[in-house]
Amino acid sequence: MAQVFNRRTNTIVRLGIFVGIPVILALLTATWWYYTRSDWVRDVGVANAKVQPAGNIPGAGGYSHQLHVGGLKLDCRYCHTGVEISSYANIPPVETCMGCHAQILPNSPKLAFIRNSYAKDEPVQWNKVHDLPKFVYFNHSIHVAKGVGCSTCHGNIASMAVVYKTEALYMSWCLNCHRAPEKFLRPQSEIFNTAWTPPADQIVQGLKLKKDLNIRTSSQLTNCSICHR
Amino acid sequence: MQSSKQLKPPVTETYDSLLAPGQSLESVTTKISDIVLFPILKTPTGWLLGFIGAGLLLMLYLYSLATLFTVGIGIWGINIPVAWGFDIINFVWWIGIGHAGTLISAILLLFRQDWRTSINRAAEAMTIFAVACAGIYPLIHTGRPWLDYWFLPYPSTTGMWPQFRSPLEWDVFAISTYATVSVLFWFVGLVPDLATLRDRSTSRIAKALYGLFSLGWRGAAKHWQRYEVASLLLAGLSTPLVLSVHSIISFDFSVAQLPGWHVTVFPPYFVAGAVYCGFAMVIVLMIPIRRVFGLQGLITMKHFDVMSKVMLASGMIVTYGYFGEIFYSWYSSSIYEYYLIVNRFTGPYAWSYWALILFNVLIPQVLWSKKLRQNLPVLFFVSMAINVGMWFERWVIIVLSLHRDFLPSSWASYTPTFYDWSTYIGSFGLFFVLFLLFIRFIPMIAIFEVRDLVHKTTPHTAEHEESGHAGA
Repeated sequence: MAQVFNRRTNTIVRLGIFVGIPVILALLTATWWYYTRSDWVRDVGVANAKVQPAGNIPGAGGYSHQLHVGGLKLDCRYCHTGVEISSYANIPPVETCMGCHAQILPNSPKLAFIRNSYAKDEPVQWNKVHDLPKFVYFNHSIHVAKGVGCSTCHGNIASMAVVYKTEALYMSWCLNCHRAPEKFLRPQSEIFNTAWTPPADQIVQGLKLKKDLNIRTSSQLTNCSICHR
Repeated sequence: MQSSKQLKPPVTETYDSLLAPGQSLESVTTKISDIVLFPILKTPTGWLLGFIGAGLLLMLYLYSLATLFTVGIGIWGINIPVAWGFDIINFVWWIGIGHAGTLISAILLLFRQDWRTSINRAAEAMTIFAVACAGIYPLIHTGRPWLDYWFLPYPSTTGMWPQFRSPLEWDVFAISTYATVSVLFWFVGLVPDLATLRDRSTSRIAKALYGLFSLGWRGAAKHWQRYEVASLLLAGLSTPLVLSVHSIISFDFSVAQLPGWHVTVFPPYFVAGAVYCGFAMVIVLMIPIRRVFGLQGLITMKHFDVMSKVMLASGMIVTYGYFGEIFYSWYSSSIYEYYLIVNRFTGPYAWSYWALILFNVLIPQVLWSKKLRQNLPVLFFVSMAINVGMWFERWVIIVLSLHRDFLPSSWASYTPTFYDWSTYIGSFGLFFVLFLLFIRFIPMIAIFEVRDLVHKTTPHTAEHEESGHAGA
C-alpha cells in the first residue's frame, strides 16, 4: 500500500498545533475581551448616547443638562428630589418642568412634548441611561451622605447636551471605590459640583473624610450583601 | 502452542505466573491487535449488544440532564438541610474509582511491578472515563452549567476572583489537573501501540487515523529513549495525584464543621476508599472482558490474586476509619458527634450504615483465603459488594450527617427521586459507551509492554528470534 501521509504532513500538523490552536485561542479571547469590555456593549461615551425623551416624539427638542445645569446653574436636587433621602434619585414629573416653562418659552415648539404631556396627563418617556441590574441594591442617599459626589459616577453632567454614561458600571468599578473609598471622597460642600476634581492630597483628605463620616472598613464595604440582598 | 487464528482457545488458567506459558512476541501482538483490527462489519454480537444497552443508558442520562437544565434541581430529592444528595455521592464515588488506574499505571511503574503490565492500559482508560463521569456532577449540580466558567480564575469585569479558600474551588484544580495528566499519560503510553496498529491495519482510514495519533513513531532507539523519559516523568507527576485528588475531595467535607465530616482522618481514609473501590471496579471489568476476548493467557489468576491483596489492604484501612469514627464520637465529648454515631447505628437510615459495614467490612474478609481470591465468581461478587459498599459509604457520610442538623427544628429526611436515580444509572451509560469504544478501537492491553515482559521472562534462544520458538 502506498504511503498514507505525504511529505508535508509533519509540517501541517506542527503548524496546526503550534500556530493554529494558539491563534484560535487568541481570537476567542480577544472576542470575549472586546465583547465584555467595549464601550459599545456598555453604551459608554457620547457616541452611544440615547435620544431623550424615548421614541421619536414629533417636535421633541430633548432636554439639555448642559443648558439647565451648566448654563442656568440649576441645582441637581431641583429635579432629582430623592437623591438625599431615597435609594432612587427620582426623574422629575412633568409638573416640575411646567413650574418654569408655563412662564418661560411658553410657546416654543421645542417644548411642545412637555405641554402635551402636561395637558394629556401622560408622563414623558425618558430613556434610562444608568440602568443597574435588578440584583444590585444601589442607594443614592447613602452615597451622597458619605461624600460620593454626583460626578464620580455620572461624569460632568453640566457639560452634556445629551446625558451619556462615562462609566461602564462594572462590578469591578464599584469595588474600586468600596475597596478604597478615600480615593474618591469629597467634602459635603462639593457633592453637587459636577466639575469637581480631586485635590493633590486627595488620599490624605479622603482618609480624613472617611474617618469623619464614619465610613465602614473596606472589608465591610465589600461584603456581598452590601449590594446583593 | 496456540495458533493465533483459533477463535476459542481452550481455557487453561494460570495461577503462578503473570503470563500463560507459550506466549511469544508474535502471539502477544496478534492476540491484542486482532481484537481491535477486526473488520467493523464483523464486530462481535456481544460487543454490539453491550453497546446498544450502554447507548440506551446514555440516552437516559442525556434525558435526565436535559430535564435538569430546563426544569432545575427541583427534580431531585435534595432540599434544606440535605442539600447534597446523589449528585455529590456519585461524584465522589466515580472519582474514587478512577484512582486505581492511576495507582496501577503510575505508582506501580515507579516500583517496577511487572503485574501492572497487562492491566494498566484498561485500568487507565477506566480512570479517564470515571473522571469524566465524576466531573460532570459538580458541573451540573447547580442546574446551571452555563455559569460553570465562574469556577475559573479569569480576569472578569466583576473584579472578583473565585473563593480560593474554599475546598470546592480546590476541587476545580484537583480534578482538572488529574484529568489532564491522566489523559496525557494514557496517550503517551498508547503511541507505540498505535504505531503497531498503523502498521498492521489494512484499511486506509484506519492507517490514517492510527498514523495520525502515533505521531510518526518509527520505533527508533531515540524514540524509545524519549518514551521512557516521558513516561517516567508523567508517572512522577501522577503519583502525588493519587494521594492529593481524593484528599482534596475529602476536604469538601472535613473543612466544614458538620458532625461526621470534621475529622482529620478523612484524607487517608478517602484515598484508601478510592483505591479500594477502584480495584474492585478493575476486577469487575476485567473478569468479563478477559473471558469474552479470550485473554486468559495475558491476564492470569495471579493478576487477580495481587489485585485482591491490594483491595484487602486498602479495605482494612477503610475499616480502621470506620472504627476511628466511632472512637472520635466518644472521645470528642461532643453531643453532636456522639448523636451522629447513635443515629448511624439506630436512626432512620441505619439500614444504610449496616449495609456499608456488611459490604465493605464483612464480605471482603473472604479475601484472606488465597483459594477464594482465585475463584472468579467469588471475586466478582466481592468486588461488586465493595463497589456498592463504597457508594453506601458516601451516602452515609453525606445524607446521614446532613439530615440531622444541629437544631432539631431543621431535621428532615432525604428520598431520592426518579431523576436522582436516572442521573446516576444513566452515567453508567456514558462510562460503558466510552469503555466499549475503547476496547473496540484501542488495544486494551499495552502490546509493547507485554512483549517486554515476554522477553524478560522467556529463556532466550541464540537467534533472539521473534518467531515464538522460545516457549517455556
